Amino acid sequence: MLKFRIIPCLDVDAGRVVKGINFLSLRDAGDPVEQAKAYSDEGADEITFLDITATHQRRRPMIDVISKTAEKCFVPLTVGGGVKNIMDIKEFLLAGADKVSINSAAIKNPSLINESSKKFGNQCIVVAIDAKKISKNWNVFINGGRVDTGIDAISWAKNIEKRGAGEILLTSMDRDGTKNGFDLELTSTISSAVNIPVIASGGVGCLKDFFDGIKLGGASAVLAASVFHFKELTIKQVKKYLKSKNINVRIDNLDKYYEK
Amino acid sequence: MKNVLIIDYGTGNLKSVHNAIKRISEKQDCKILVSSSVEDLKKSTHIILPGVGAFESCLNGLIKTKVRGCLEEMVLGKKKPFLGICVGMQMLATKGFENGEFAGLDWISGEVKKINNQNNNLKIPHMGWNSLNFLKETAFTKRLLKKMKKKSTNDLSAYFVHSYNFKNKNTNEKVITTCYGEEITAMISKENIIGTQFHPEKSHYFGLAFLKTFLEQD
Repeated sequence: MLKFRIIPCLDVDAGRVVKGINFLSLRDAGDPVEQAKAYSDEGADEITFLDITATHQRRRPMIDVISKTAEKCFVPLTVGGGVKNIMDIKEFLLAGADKVSINSAAIKNPSLINESSKKFGNQCIVVAIDAKKISKNWNVFINGGRVDTGIDAISWAKNIEKRGAGEILLTSMDRDGTKNGFDLELTSTISSAVNIPVIASGGVGCLKDFFDGIKLGGASAVLAASVFHFKELTIKQVKKYLKSKNINVRIDNLDKYYEK
Repeated sequence: MKNVLIIDYGTGNLKSVHNAIKRISEKQDCKILVSSSVEDLKKSTHIILPGVGAFESCLNGLIKTKVRGCLEEMVLGKKKPFLGICVGMQMLATKGFENGEFAGLDWISGEVKKINNQNNNLKIPHMGWNSLNFLKETAFTKRLLKKMKKKSTNDLSAYFVHSYNFKNKNTNEKVITTCYGEEITAMISKENIIGTQFHPEKSHYFGLAFLKTFLEQD
């Protein structure tokens, strides 16, 4: 049976993790390479990197970070932030990313989804949707949540599926950073509207939130940043909890036997 | 000395396969090449055919590199250890049905068909970690389990991402399966040829142990 994925997210700024200041056990608290490795060794099913202040000048440190991370972490790596065109996607993939997440550029130029999924395969094109409730509907926001596009999130989700996206990274702007749990109504609405996997993001505060995102939200994967960064929860803990609630997660109890 | 060749035919995330092989062969005398040259293919001791993308474009990419003839000589003739990953395994089939009907390399009898989405009840692609069901014991699986210090194959899972399923004709060539609405072929094996639908290079400790077992094949 397919397992539900637990995905820690690293918010990277100019090649450094900006939230992970409490990672005392690491040689360098702000080094995303070390953090990604620690997460994958702990059982993360995938790792996501978001370049939160992506500008052209900062692209170089990000490329270095991706290639260094890819050398050390043997679970799928998704990279996003500031992706504008096919060349950006190619650059990330060549550096060792397995999937690339696009957001604003997909809204501004939806054919980018068609072109990139055709060129690189739909499995590696993730479209991120930042959604916020405006009266009765959820609108899609871009530019890091600063601009309301006025586009309905549900019809946008269906649109990107048709264009060939392999996955949707769905963030509730209303819940992001609140620790009040995922927006379950939003997650389940989008998840049942499309036939591609939906990753729930934004709002995780406790163990039960992970369970709800999967069980009530219908998400294929759950993503969290700060609860892992600040060591409020560990990936192991989350998986053990979910397993006790009969949610199918990967716990293989393997050690680094390949070294022997 | 080992000489691992990762075939570069203009597609696939070659870097992650390269990184994984590099990681497990650190303390060994092992050379890793990413190439599509006939000369390198002849010198190689182990051959890996990765694959990401559509069946036809991967196959066309391989044919364009002009290594097909030499590859068949090395694998089918000289019996060098060979591993096909994802579409790299699917290409070994008789026929593929992604965006039309195309002839494959036909090293292993079977057809590659779209996963049935069970009336839209299944998300496609089949993406993520899925449990492995070992159908039989082979010399390879025996060594793999020993390497992982596992007595049973329970709890083992690997990372999949694909929309098509290799339905092979001879059930005795099917070693591992997984389940996603239907039975999915996860690993096939025929003499010196191994194919995996999952990505060992992205399957963490299990995947690294798998690749290491492959490298130890002679």
